[in-house]
Amino acid sequence: MNQLKLSILDLLKEDARLSAATIATMLGAAEADVTSAIAEMEQDHVIVKYATVVNWSKVSDETVTALIEVECTPERGRGFESIAERIYLYPEVKSVFLMSGAYDLCVEIEGKNLKEVASFVSNKLSTIESVISTKTFFILKKYKQDGIVFEEFEDDHRMPVSP
Amino acid sequence: MIKNEEKPQVQVEWSAASGMLHHLAASARAIPPSGIRRFFDLVSASKDKDIITLGVGEPDFVTPWRVRDAAVYALEKGKTQYTSNAGMPELREAIAGYLHSGFNLNYDPANEVLVTVGGSEGIDLALRALIEPGDEILIPEPCYVSYSPITTLGGGVHVGIETFAEDQFKLTPDNLRAAITPKSKVLILCYPSNPTGAIMTYEDLLPIAKIVEEHDLIVISDEIYAELTFTGQKHVSFASLPGMKDRTILVSGFSKAFAMTGWRMGYACGHPDLISAMLRIHQYTIMCAPIMGQVAALESLTKGGLEEKDRMMESYNQRRRLVVKGFRDMGLECHEPQGAFYAFPSVRSTGLTSEQFAERLVLEAKVAAVPGNVFGKGGEGFLRCCYATSVAQLNEALERIYAFLRKLES
Repeated sequence: MNQLKLSILDLLKEDARLSAATIATMLGAAEADVTSAIAEMEQDHVIVKYATVVNWSKVSDETVTALIEVECTPERGRGFESIAERIYLYPEVKSVFLMSGAYDLCVEIEGKNLKEVASFVSNKLSTIESVISTKTFFILKKYKQDGIVFEEFEDDHRMPVSP
Repeated sequence: MIKNEEKPQVQVEWSAASGMLHHLAASARAIPPSGIRRFFDLVSASKDKDIITLGVGEPDFVTPWRVRDAAVYALEKGKTQYTSNAGMPELREAIAGYLHSGFNLNYDPANEVLVTVGGSEGIDLALRALIEPGDEILIPEPCYVSYSPITTLGGGVHVGIETFAEDQFKLTPDNLRAAITPKSKVLILCYPSNPTGAIMTYEDLLPIAKIVEEHDLIVISDEIYAELTFTGQKHVSFASLPGMKDRTILVSGFSKAFAMTGWRMGYACGHPDLISAMLRIHQYTIMCAPIMGQVAALESLTKGGLEEKDRMMESYNQRRRLVVKGFRDMGLECHEPQGAFYAFPSVRSTGLTSEQFAERLVLEAKVAAVPGNVFGKGGEGFLRCCYATSVAQLNEALERIYAFLRKLES
């Protein structure tokens, strides 16, 4: 991963809508080099997706997010891979992490309400054969996610004209 | 003493009916109103929240949290007292260390480094310590708005030396020589420059140093934008040139490089004789720079603080390239600004003066920028545009300026 690609990723991470021409100007690079670097990273799945970060609490307060600590028995020869896959294939599941420490998988799920989340845990998650136990914690408020602070005011406090 | 009928007529900005003017010293009444103030008022008066301002003179970054946190912690721990007049010893040592590793400068923190209330106080102290009535102060222009008024307040004579786009706004040896008289005392250098973004390399500065030595001048080198140097090479401090350390007062600070404008933290470095005189003025007028600012400045010079600074510099460089290309693509001549965070495009091709262009730009295109003429000789015909704002705002501003230019043509 060369420096150009790293710099491109830094810029796209902040604003995925920047054009290759703008990125090239900002980095002092040739536009053709930037376009091919982006294409390569897309092909190599380094760039997975161009998505929009949404503060859902401002859209509706009808989503409920929970973090679930899952203890499970790893599969012989495959470890936790297939259990993780069984879980993350559900669209309600937003994140799945393999953890060190007191439990094995950390699962983030989203539902329309508490009942829906609870139902998912009891009907779909706990019933997986290798799952030993689950502990469900509900997220009350998101302050910061993936490096983005949700509540901060972006207002420019500077005096409009100064020497 | 000035008799009544000789009192100069000056434009008073604030109270029209004060009735106390005649009590003021002539020098205070003679301070000219700020050309920038007019534009500040114009932009502030407009209730239009849609105006994009390229007229600022400070970073768009907030001071990094680690630095703010250090100051907050110090306040919580009750650090609210006076410090040593010259500044906390550990801060002076850190400044000396930073100047050594970054710019090859060797100052003794014990008697060659003074912590000031912004680079502004450093300039003020230096001029007050040096100027005797009638001394000529050589100032390459266009330049920062403070040098001339402080010179005049001290009884000095401001001698502006015009710099030109053809020379990338560098001070040339010929122009310097032409301005020197037997009364010349001080040369004020500000590179990287506000408003032009010009820098001077080692090769550019050497012949200047030779002239300075020949004429026994003192140089006040305002290097507040030193870290914002985008040539691929480090900024060269005038004080690092052969033979120049003793006759240079280096003034710099934390405002621009470390996003600490409101903290008012700066420093001055130089020969102990000069610094001790400045210290004496400072100790009677200010006592010391604020302790919480000094604690914050100390944190900004740690490894983590310097890394934050590097990130900010890289971000400025990216936006610099965007803005310069933008101006050139729309047909405005713009010399390459290799320092500070200003682009200084020429608006001569439109036939308007700087002020006319800037005023119409605000009112018709809703973009605020500072007309070049407020910065002195050589500024007329140019526009100072600060690119320390978001990429989205810069692109929008460039589009509006482009549309405005097309409108002027038709």
